[in-house]
Amino acid sequence: MKDYWQEIRALTMRWVLRLSREKFSMLFTLVQPMLFWLIFFGNLFQRAADSQVTQAPNYISFLAAGVVVMTVLNNGLAGGVDLLFDKENGFLERLMSTPIHRSSVILSRFIFVMTITSLQVLVILGVAFLFGVHPATGLLGIATILLIGMMFGVGLTAISMAMAFSVKSHGDFFSVLGFLSLPMIFLSSALVPLAAMPGWMSVLAQFNPMTWAIDAVRPLILSGWSEALPHVGMVVLVMLVFDALCLYGGAKAFRRAMG
Amino acid sequence: MDRAIAIEVSRLCKTYDAHKAVDDLSFQVYAGEIFGLLGPNGAGKSTTLRTLITLLHPTSGTASVFGHDTVREADTVRMLIGYVPQERAIDRFLTGREHLQLLGALYHLTKEEAAKRIAELLKLVELESHADRPAKTYSGGMKRKLDIACGLLPNPKVLFLDEPTLGLDVQSRLRIWEYVRMLKARGMTIVMTTNYLDEADQLCDRLAIIDGGKIKTLGAPAELKIALGGDIVSLTLKETDRMAGLESALKNQPAIKAVRLTAKGLDIRVESPEKALPVILESANRLGCSIEFIQYNRPRLDDVFIAHTGRRIQDDIPKEE
Repeated sequence: MKDYWQEIRALTMRWVLRLSREKFSMLFTLVQPMLFWLIFFGNLFQRAADSQVTQAPNYISFLAAGVVVMTVLNNGLAGGVDLLFDKENGFLERLMSTPIHRSSVILSRFIFVMTITSLQVLVILGVAFLFGVHPATGLLGIATILLIGMMFGVGLTAISMAMAFSVKSHGDFFSVLGFLSLPMIFLSSALVPLAAMPGWMSVLAQFNPMTWAIDAVRPLILSGWSEALPHVGMVVLVMLVFDALCLYGGAKAFRRAMG
Repeated sequence: MDRAIAIEVSRLCKTYDAHKAVDDLSFQVYAGEIFGLLGPNGAGKSTTLRTLITLLHPTSGTASVFGHDTVREADTVRMLIGYVPQERAIDRFLTGREHLQLLGALYHLTKEEAAKRIAELLKLVELESHADRPAKTYSGGMKRKLDIACGLLPNPKVLFLDEPTLGLDVQSRLRIWEYVRMLKARGMTIVMTTNYLDEADQLCDRLAIIDGGKIKTLGAPAELKIALGGDIVSLTLKETDRMAGLESALKNQPAIKAVRLTAKGLDIRVESPEKALPVILESANRLGCSIEFIQYNRPRLDDVFIAHTGRRIQDDIPKEE
């Protein structure tokens, strides 16, 4: 157990070190979602969006939940990228030829991605706060938002890792990633409530786990516990199923790739 | 002679779909020797190596390191081995020291143990002054040295080197060879793959030539060359009428394996030129044959390779995986 912890800590610290060496890229990945989506998109659609439709005092406060979950989505889907590069340049083989638990590398990646995502979510909520979005459920609500984010993120990161272990080249990986990310966002309640979507899109959006996450995060920010709790309960159930499926697939891909 | 066996590979097969990457391979590596797997790209060297370092499970057959099965006792094997991958398996954002510290934790060393060993290794591979720079600033040779330091960190009994000097300049190559010889002198067993014939020739105590997933021949480089029939001394004589006399005089000498008449002289196969040349010259003198020209050819490993695989090592076969 002591060994296990030593491995995971060392491997997690490696991700942290890498990030700290890539200051520019860190800045951009941190700033991009709130700059592009929250500040630009949120303010841009301020008057175009009908508050009768969004059921929110303004578009930014409606969008905040969407941007939070979008960040989880993008970080999660990109969570396997570094393992993909490790696989391609042989670093993963070097790690795997050492007497470590087979799961340590993967766990370190989960821990790292979840931590970074949580920090980013906090920054986004902070920026939203500056634009007057005050979460209705307070600090406990924010903790709940982080929990939902992590539950969604675990499954997404597992999908990403499964892809990283299965694809032939990183070109394939990024094509699939680019193909998944935007449709997931458009076919969810991130930008527009389901009720305001064309029928066929709202049907598809209902099967998107992202919609479930947003529908729980949004009342936590906008309304309050009484409205949020049923959604939170529902999303926890949905995410448990989602995570179980993704982890199962991820473990399978990992075992196949690692012989 | 009974020698301790470090590695035992027995009827190893690895199949990808229909393609046999390794086909019924058996060999032993003795403790303390440098053992080479020589072959063109795609011959099955890397597959064999990756089985030995526990990363691949054989389709059939077994491999063991100091008696420990690479599948059933993978963790024990991993404690005994060090691995230097083929590609520069370097994280360009980490410094040299951070690479070694990471591995120290993965081998469950304490901070103090690790720090001591890391200092020794950095000194050994002459990277002390570059240890705290990110690896992306390293030259190819420096990366390779770091790779080797990483492989040595666990203080392994067996070190596996996958194409250790691929793409390096001459200077760095010679340096790496020096390290490998030094490690052998310290008693380490070394298994390396290479597709450089001169490297196999210079470095390996024994080597297996692998092609199409099978071992074509196995032995010490010198043995393999001798097995081809020995070195050839070619004589060109001034007077061709005395050739037959010289031929029969040489035929029964112990130092000489075979004599063949050519248009202007003789081709003499010899086991060692040191013994054979004096005999040849003395006989020629005695019979009054004046020699116009002597040429001496030692078979090279290239000749061994061609003799066993039917082609040159540079003629790569397409890699399938």
